[in-house]
Amino acid sequence: MSNPVNMERFKYDVVIIGAGGAGLRAAVEAREAGLRTAIICKSLFGKAHTVMAEGGMAASMGNVNSNDNWQVHFRDTMRGGKFLNHYRMAELHAKEAPDRVWELEMWGALFDRTKEGKISQRNFGGHEYPRLAHVGDRTGLEMIRTMQQRIVALQQKDEKEFGDAQRYLKVFAEITITDILKDNGKVSGVYGYRRETGEEVVFEAPAVVLATGGIGKTFKVTSNSWEGTGDGHALALRAGSKLKDMEFVQFHPTGMVWPPSVRGLLVTESVRGDGGVLTNSEGKRFMFDYIPEVFKEKYADNEAEADRWYTDQTNNRRPPELLPRDEVARAINSEVKAGRGSEHGGVYLDVSKRLPADVIRKKLPSMYHQFKELANVDITQTPMEVGPTCHYVMGGISVDPDTAAAEGVPGLFAAGEVAAGMHGSNRLGGNSLSDLLVFGRRAGMGAAAYVKANGENPVSKDSIDKAAARIAAPFKAGEGPAQNPYLLHAELQQVTNDLVGIIRTEKELAAAKEKIKDFQEKLKDVQVTGERFFNPAFHIALDLENMLLVAGCIAGAGLIREESRGGHTRDDYPKMDPNWRLVNLHCSLTDSGEIKVEKVKLPDMPNELLNLFEKDELSKYMTEPELVNMKGGSH
Amino acid sequence: MSTGVFSPGRAKLSQKTLRKDKWWLQPLVTVAVLLSFIVYTTFRVFENAYYYAAPLISPFYSPCLSKSCVEGSSLLGAPIGIVRILGMTLPPAIWILVFPLGFRMTCYYYRKAYYRSFWMSPPACAVAEPHAKYSGETKPPLIVSNGHRWFFFAGLIFNLILTADAILSFRNEKLQWGHVSVGTFVLVANATALWLYSFSCHTCRHTIGGRLKHFSKHPVRYKAWTAVSRLNTKHQNFAWISLIIVALTDFYVLLVASHTIHNYYLF
Amino acid sequence: MARKINLKIWRGTSKDGGLQDVTVDANEGEVVLDVIHRVQATQMNDLAVRWNCKAGKCGSCSMEINGKPRLACMTQMANFAEDETITITPLRAFPVIKDLVTDVSYNYEKALKVPAFQPPADMKPGEPRMQQVDVERSQEFRKCIECFLCQNVCHVIRDHEENKEAYSGPRFLMRMAELDMHPLDTVKNRKEMAQDEHGLGFCNITKCCTEVCPEHIHITDNALIPLKERVVDVKFDPLVRLSSKLRK
Ligand SMILES: Cc1cc2nc3c(=O)[nH]c(=O)nc-3n(C[C@H](O)[C@H](O)[C@H](O)COP(=O)(O)OP(=O)(O)OC[C@H]3O[C@@H](n4cnc5c(N)ncnc54)[C@H](O)[C@@H]3O)c2cc1C
Ligand code: SF4
Ligand code: SF4
Ligand code: FES
Ligand code: FES
Repeated sequence: MSNPVNMERFKYDVVIIGAGGAGLRAAVEAREAGLRTAIICKSLFGKAHTVMAEGGMAASMGNVNSNDNWQVHFRDTMRGGKFLNHYRMAELHAKEAPDRVWELEMWGALFDRTKEGKISQRNFGGHEYPRLAHVGDRTGLEMIRTMQQRIVALQQKDEKEFGDAQRYLKVFAEITITDILKDNGKVSGVYGYRRETGEEVVFEAPAVVLATGGIGKTFKVTSNSWEGTGDGHALALRAGSKLKDMEFVQFHPTGMVWPPSVRGLLVTESVRGDGGVLTNSEGKRFMFDYIPEVFKEKYADNEAEADRWYTDQTNNRRPPELLPRDEVARAINSEVKAGRGSEHGGVYLDVSKRLPADVIRKKLPSMYHQFKELANVDITQTPMEVGPTCHYVMGGISVDPDTAAAEGVPGLFAAGEVAAGMHGSNRLGGNSLSDLLVFGRRAGMGAAAYVKANGENPVSKDSIDKAAARIAAPFKAGEGPAQNPYLLHAELQQVTNDLVGIIRTEKELAAAKEKIKDFQEKLKDVQVTGERFFNPAFHIALDLENMLLVAGCIAGAGLIREESRGGHTRDDYPKMDPNWRLVNLHCSLTDSGEIKVEKVKLPDMPNELLNLFEKDELSKYMTEPELVNMKGGSH
Repeated sequence: MSTGVFSPGRAKLSQKTLRKDKWWLQPLVTVAVLLSFIVYTTFRVFENAYYYAAPLISPFYSPCLSKSCVEGSSLLGAPIGIVRILGMTLPPAIWILVFPLGFRMTCYYYRKAYYRSFWMSPPACAVAEPHAKYSGETKPPLIVSNGHRWFFFAGLIFNLILTADAILSFRNEKLQWGHVSVGTFVLVANATALWLYSFSCHTCRHTIGGRLKHFSKHPVRYKAWTAVSRLNTKHQNFAWISLIIVALTDFYVLLVASHTIHNYYLF
Repeated sequence: MARKINLKIWRGTSKDGGLQDVTVDANEGEVVLDVIHRVQATQMNDLAVRWNCKAGKCGSCSMEINGKPRLACMTQMANFAEDETITITPLRAFPVIKDLVTDVSYNYEKALKVPAFQPPADMKPGEPRMQQVDVERSQEFRKCIECFLCQNVCHVIRDHEENKEAYSGPRFLMRMAELDMHPLDTVKNRKEMAQDEHGLGFCNITKCCTEVCPEHIHITDNALIPLKERVVDVKFDPLVRLSSKLRK
């Protein structure tokens, strides 16, 4: 097929798709290993979704409580993920996170400090000790800016040495990658278009790192930015790799619900950490009614004790408002369904009666602003209205923990939110930012080693033509009536929201699967008007295809997993089932483009890690035969 | 015109600004107030009279250092002879006003005010300025503003003198101590406003602690810096308040010295 | 309750363009970006606009609304009178690409010219000790979301294209100040560089950058003026130079 549009061509050793925390960390590592590295992102440099992270980055540095160490962090992560995590990822993450934080500091990051001048750490849901390195409530911004400035530092070094800042490391902003190219059964490059001009680009490279972030925009109510369209998930699927754990989607319990324009916008967990309480329309602190059996010993069952916890954490149990995110989100959902919701369909989150106004303004500056400027609500005077919002996807590309190599596609690597395994069925707050750096770095190393061992793999004309044809499709008329991509997107979001949302049933999931198939048909008839030149309709038309694949995997895997665990709640199977813990669901594409979901066994945790837990605790999660077979036993 | 917002490549629009609010009001008010002050001051300087009414002295004429000063007004003696230019006696206030004038001309706040309102670069934010070329404070004459700190230190000396004047006003007309008049309040208010203006100055903030890299190694200077920083946020207010009070103080002395009113004594 | 809003949106490219009238619904609690999105979905499918987070955190949706540089996602429709026609244009200090999207590469070029942070050569990761009071000043500047509204409003380059070469703009002068105040930075001549290579002297402290900053950073008072004072220390004040020589 001839190609009427201009096409630029670049050649690199490794191409990194995504300029969030994971992508940038991978790029630094690859450049330092001597590779010619390109970073590609959809928006401007420095705007990636990571910028929105607020609370902090978990690492067991033990600056605030010296009892903390990697073993404790590992245990917390496994518990949070309900033991479905890939043990090796959780282990590497817990061990390496402190180094990654310290490294940021050497690159210029300015975290908040303790009295001794060390990096300060804060409490967060699910973490036994204060563990989150932070800068006020803008930690993600600090991370992205520091990484961005690290890239600049490396470029300045190259400029001094070679007279060209961008010779070995270059950022290509506002390019969307639409295909991973493969030749000889291995990655040979990527294909995409410049958002500004609509011109097409091909990057030839033997190794590609996917660091494309999340899928939030597949849902109607989300805390994610427009970039979260699951591109990396879809790119990997189409390249022949596998997505696992896609049924696990984290709904953050507290997103804004009013006004509609900001519905879903995150209200940080720190509000509850600092004393905010959840009440229903009857003014009742309902969370006391929702403490699950497994957590009974750790959470206060009366208001007096819960209130004492804020000042004395050793002698009192935590308030139930600080239960893991999935529990709180479900509780809010039930209250609203039972008709005890707030005016606009949420519940109330109140700090106004708990803390003096000036303390609120000081501790939660951006929340104060957010409500003041976007909802005309003064949170020092009135309660906020909040409800669950789609926040994070635990599922993603199945990768090798040590090298971040994607399953089934030589030359493809993945790190960050787009990769799966680290968080199991539910992610703890703060574990993502550290995940980005730990595995971003490993992906950079993995790619460097791969390139050094395998050398070049030229792109064939055939691969390019196929990719070009896909991009051209939205401008061609389909057979059915022309579809407006914006409206189709809105319809999809409604479906995911209603049918594969926070509480799921077999009937709904099956219905969702059907609808998604329908949409896939309709997508063929999407017609974009105007030109290619910075045309958002064209952009969204291509993104839609990705979101449909993601939604398809979520619905498909959700239908199969007949239990409730972490980010997957089935009304018809409300209990966690140890037998299901042994299984990951892998999603792939068949040759004819159908979504296929299959069960794969979860890797066994070695004894030295198992021994970090009490047998009692393990018995809540594991099957009888597993417990019997445990060699050496635990103490 | 094809520079600035009308440069080739920028979004084509014929308007200098699309602002709809009254952006011109602020510069207009600034011009009006500053001009009135300048007119009044010039008039008073060349009037060369009614600046002393024991024990009150106008801030425009203190310290009166010239041999031409009226009797009793020369606190620090009269080292300067009578200077005539083109047959005109230079009024003693000239020697004094050079310093406060320099202080205010180089003040970071006043610079903002007059660059915007008199020079219109820019008249208001996002309103195109009328000049074809702009080099700001990179070259003479405007580079001189970098000498603000010298005027700041000179200003401190004046503050001391005007404070002394305020203290001296706790006397009656016969220069006996222990009396308070309306004039006392006026002079004290004047001195206070000037101190606030000086303490809130950016140079003061820099000198007292801002130039340090490690606050934690200088706890006292850090405290001082914190206090000055707090004042500094109101520097603009102090700039206007002190300007107006200085003029009013002079005006009060004028009224008393010209026997228009009587300086009422509380005790 | 939806109400009808009259908008004038600039549409065009670097070659030509102008304001176009549109009427569109606006609902309670919406921001300008919502309304632009509605125009996009219903009337001008190919209207180009940049945005990401819709929460005032990424600094992508910078544009000029009724002539004022603002974030579209943080400008509430309720700020405008019922019958007011709202004019929306791209940033006017940078070349336009299409509709509301401008070419902000100037800023990235300037970013590349600010010498990177350099900790002491013998310092190892994990070793730094810094007091909160020592990091607070630079932390304020690190709140910057790089919306470039300050760069856009600064008359030095907005009104004088030819100054772009010599002047880095408030964002990057602030970055110089941030590093000069960083407790562990060892680069010695940042002040001189700020004046000689980044054009600090062009700034006439008229504070428009501060007025438009959505993060409410006191750019002029806390970064630019202190930086100017530091420059005076090393370039215009013989006393300070002498005393620092004596101390050595
Ligand atoms: C409001 C909010 C608060 C959060 N707070 C915290 C917190 O306090 N602590 C914590 O640990 N985690 C937090 N998270 C989660 C965390 O921020 C994200 O999981 C993380 O930032 C994801 O980073 P990433 O590097 O994987 O990808 P992202 O930062 O999402 O970046 C993705 C990159 O990929 C690019 N890209 C995507 N698709 C394509 C394509 N097709 N072609 C080219 N480029 C593409 C994008 O342009 C972008 O540069 C929060 C999340 C949200 C939404
Ligand atoms: S204060 Fe200086 S940097 Fe800021 S807008 Fe004015 S001239 Fe530009
Ligand atoms: S300093 Fe403020 S206005 Fe300037 S880029 Fe940063 S956030 Fe935007
Ligand atoms: S007096 Fe205004 S800044 Fe010094
Ligand atoms: S969209 Fe991120 S700041 Fe407006």
